[in-house]
Amino acid sequence: MTKTNELVKKLVEEHGVARESLLPVLQGIVKEERYLSKEAMRDVAEQLDISAAEVYGTASFFSFLDTEEKGKYIIRVCKSITCDMKGKCELVRTMEDILKIKVGQTTVGKRFSLLETNCIGLCDQGPAMLINDDYYTKLTPVKVREILGDLIRKTS
Amino acid sequence: MTNIPKKADILFSAYSVEPYQILKDAMKRKKEDIIQELLDSGLRGRGGAGFPTGMKWKFGAAEKADQKYVICNADEGEPGTFKDKKLLTDVPRKTISGMAICAYVTGATKGFIYLRAEYRYLLASLEKEIEVFEQKAKEFGLDFEIKIFMGAGAYVCGEETALIESMEGKRGEPRNKPPYPIQNGYLGKPTIVNNVETLASVSMVCRLGAEEYKKLGTSDQKGSKLFSISGDSPKEGVHELELGMKVSDFVTEYGDGDTKAIQVGGVAGYCIPRKKFESTIIGEGQTTGGSTLIFNSTRSMYRVLHNYLDFYAEESCGQCTPCRVGCQQLLKGIEAVKAGTKPPKYLDQLMKLSNTMNLTSKCGLGQSVTNSFTTIVENFREEMIF
Repeated sequence: MTKTNELVKKLVEEHGVARESLLPVLQGIVKEERYLSKEAMRDVAEQLDISAAEVYGTASFFSFLDTEEKGKYIIRVCKSITCDMKGKCELVRTMEDILKIKVGQTTVGKRFSLLETNCIGLCDQGPAMLINDDYYTKLTPVKVREILGDLIRKTS
Repeated sequence: MTNIPKKADILFSAYSVEPYQILKDAMKRKKEDIIQELLDSGLRGRGGAGFPTGMKWKFGAAEKADQKYVICNADEGEPGTFKDKKLLTDVPRKTISGMAICAYVTGATKGFIYLRAEYRYLLASLEKEIEVFEQKAKEFGLDFEIKIFMGAGAYVCGEETALIESMEGKRGEPRNKPPYPIQNGYLGKPTIVNNVETLASVSMVCRLGAEEYKKLGTSDQKGSKLFSISGDSPKEGVHELELGMKVSDFVTEYGDGDTKAIQVGGVAGYCIPRKKFESTIIGEGQTTGGSTLIFNSTRSMYRVLHNYLDFYAEESCGQCTPCRVGCQQLLKGIEAVKAGTKPPKYLDQLMKLSNTMNLTSKCGLGQSVTNSFTTIVENFREEMIF
């Protein structure tokens, strides 16, 4: 049994095999593996006794259930109106420079993924972003350099 | 004459009465009395659609079923809205107490807080609050348990039937209505879905009584309301205001002195240009989502509209054609007019398209694109072209 098999088994035991357990199970996998591999989705389908297409169809609907491999740190920069007005573009350019990737891409070593996302409810403190589950507000290019610098040091 | 918008201090005021005491008192009253109190108070849903809360509960209570559910909708995704997050952070017990009162009135025994994925950092503190509540429920003899269901990142899931679909493990695509969730909701059972602020307001109506609560606001919109203010404003943040104020007064208080337009009700709401500030009253005949974006004269309204349409094109669930294709075409259309590859008259075609979307889309997402689209294009036509 692979690690993914074991994880799926554990999550299904915890949440049950009913269809309404699908989202919690998928969220549990993303929490551990940061994305849903084909293997994981097929495994979930088998355990819940639904077709793999149903699992993929549901997963691909939601922006927090990635079906492509993502980095250890998933950066989600808010692109909605207020953050856009307050200089989101400059932040994105800074991060693209530091990480040497474009929005939507993941660094070669799978450390960082840079994504844009819709409103994260921090409009009064924009521009804002999420890195995994943590939020960062009132960002400037300088602040972003510091935050990313810390994370790079932490992982190297 | 300018008047300062009347501030209210109800939802965020410190617990002058512990919310679970309000619940305890409510449980001593007849269920019909509480429903009548809510009807009298004129409280409407604070999520955006503005359906009278008392009516919803009345229908919910009348349904006969072996299982009913209460869902607190904390999938706050409207750009420019962050009031529910603040309520759940600062005064979560008011909302949880509102859920429990709903459970008592309608006979539901299970409840969920549907928390959006972007707010996962609230999970730990909310779970602790639920533990506190469970103790209280046991003490009061109320058979009601609450679980948190995490959303997975989809704007459309704030629509109640899409929310339910996603809870059932499916794509978050809105259902046809009727039947409404009140008859056929989560797992086919009667389900009462209320916004975070609505439930907190219920606690407040129960504490103050309808008469006292009604003194706030106007004849159309009763009570106080949270406004999420952001954009070009020195006073960004959540403010609790009485309903029924003139836009001009609002802008004087919260704008930066150079306000060109405000967007009321989020991206799904309306854009009000400076020339209409005097004649428009916030909250009357419009959505009540409570998000207000303030733009000053340095902002390009083309860029604002482009941002909105980009948002819609991405968040449309793709289920019905008018919304799926319409959002993309509106976006392409304004780009073409700006680039000069289509004549300015093409904007009229686009407005017709947005009206068609309003008539034919399945849910509120596609239906409301026209609100911001027409109000921006009509009032800032020259900015769309040049």
